[in-house]
Amino acid sequence: MATSSYTPQELMVAVAAREIADGDLVFVGMRLPILAFGVARNTHAPGARGLFELGLLRDQPAQAFLATMGDPPNVAGALWATRMSNTMALLAQGRVDLGFIGGAEVDRFGNLNTSYVGDRVRPAVKLPGSGGGADIAILSRRWVTLMNHEKRRLVDRVSFITSPGFGDGTPGWRRERGLRGGGPAAIVTTLCVLRFPEGGGEAQLASVHPGVSEEQVRAETGWELKAASDLGETPPPDERELAWIRRLDPDGHWTGGRD
Amino acid sequence: MSMREAVERFVPDGSSVVMGACLEPLIPFAAGHEMIRQSRRDLTLIGPISDSLFDQMIGAGCVARVVAAWVGNVSEGLGHNYRRAAEQGMPRPLEVHDHSNFSVSLALWAAAWNVPYLPTVTLLGSDVLTTNPGLEEVDGLVHVGAVRPDVAVLHVQRADAAGRAQAWGPLGIAEEAGLAAGEVILSCEELVNEEVTLSDPNRTLLPETKVVAVVHEPGGAHPSPVQGHWRRDHAFYRDYARRSRTVEGFQEWLEEWVLGVPDRGAYLARLEQDGLRITHHRLSAPVDYGDE
Repeated sequence: MATSSYTPQELMVAVAAREIADGDLVFVGMRLPILAFGVARNTHAPGARGLFELGLLRDQPAQAFLATMGDPPNVAGALWATRMSNTMALLAQGRVDLGFIGGAEVDRFGNLNTSYVGDRVRPAVKLPGSGGGADIAILSRRWVTLMNHEKRRLVDRVSFITSPGFGDGTPGWRRERGLRGGGPAAIVTTLCVLRFPEGGGEAQLASVHPGVSEEQVRAETGWELKAASDLGETPPPDERELAWIRRLDPDGHWTGGRD
Repeated sequence: MSMREAVERFVPDGSSVVMGACLEPLIPFAAGHEMIRQSRRDLTLIGPISDSLFDQMIGAGCVARVVAAWVGNVSEGLGHNYRRAAEQGMPRPLEVHDHSNFSVSLALWAAAWNVPYLPTVTLLGSDVLTTNPGLEEVDGLVHVGAVRPDVAVLHVQRADAAGRAQAWGPLGIAEEAGLAAGEVILSCEELVNEEVTLSDPNRTLLPETKVVAVVHEPGGAHPSPVQGHWRRDHAFYRDYARRSRTVEGFQEWLEEWVLGVPDRGAYLARLEQDGLRITHHRLSAPVDYGDE
């Protein structure tokens, strides 16, 4: 693969990495965000730390490929190995600056469904469930979700809110219900980046990935998408970002372009 | 004690069982497979996630209820047997009590501390509150009802015959699971003399008084990783995900890896172990418990 070309997943990792500020405590999660943490830590955010819910804190990313956060290379060299309730304590105290959550379905107000498609008793699809997703969505200061951009995944309203975003979109929805964290900041997809306005509300098209048209994005989105006034093109991954992504995922397991 | 005897004696039909308490590592697959071989029925499985063990037991017809935050195959995605059970009642109907990782931990701590519930702010605004009768919103807080398992099954790196279990790496909800459960079954990579465990009592997870069975079962967590002993067998999870897409494929897999082997020793003999055993060791510095 030439360094001038990249897969949509590599772009998503680079975009996710840029969401991590230097010094952030990041609730890392799985798959692409594990790579994003490694990229950020080795480029613009050398002071970032990664918290893994099963009970790990790291500064340096693992020195080998990870299929899960519990793989032995993620434990070797950890700053702290502990019980899950201790990682949840930091989350509950509002000390987690940024969380990443994977989702099967997201809606215009950033609510995620990873539980039930259709009826709850006899669902059309039983998805795996919350894991730590609901905890991150409710308690981290801000969070970002990454997913494939398909009409069946970006829906007007999810039928089941596993991990709450801004609820029904009315101002103050989170505060009134006692949700302590700030809610979703962005949805990073294979086609574009959607962002939420300060204080919450409806996701807006913030940037379109290189080579993707706005029409394409709209055709694959389940609601009438509003564009931000400064809508632009997503900056592609630079050489350093790509080099780190390929070092952390040498066989392209997560970023090689397969689903 | 053998795993066969431990399951025969301490996991009757209808038991509620915690497994996979450390999340991705140290999952007691050998214990779950023995429950399948003994045709256990109407189990309640409790855990945070289970990385395909729960999916296998559901597909084998052992399970009436799941109390968990996540059921699937961590590196591969959906749990196909979980889907068939929840969507079509195959092979048997399944009751699901949803949790988040945080709330399932609190449910076990509540049982460990012997209180009816613990209050929290997680799950506010989530529909998970509507799919678990043990969760209730009261005055702006979520009350997480205690979950009291009959038995917790934990795989650890080492234990002694008296049941002092020592594990390292991330511990997930293993401690609250063991404290909450009526009884604990241990499986261990190494069965060690008590001089070893007593040399480092901080490392011991639980009071030995909870432990009813210690099973020396090296490789008992495969395909999940065991720090210092076993890598995660990603290819094995991938193969399972592929084959369990259909009922027939799952039955074939089950025959090959569970029903067609008498015990974990025979299972390991069937497994290509090259590259799975960890050979590069990183020992911690000893600590000093000197008292005078």
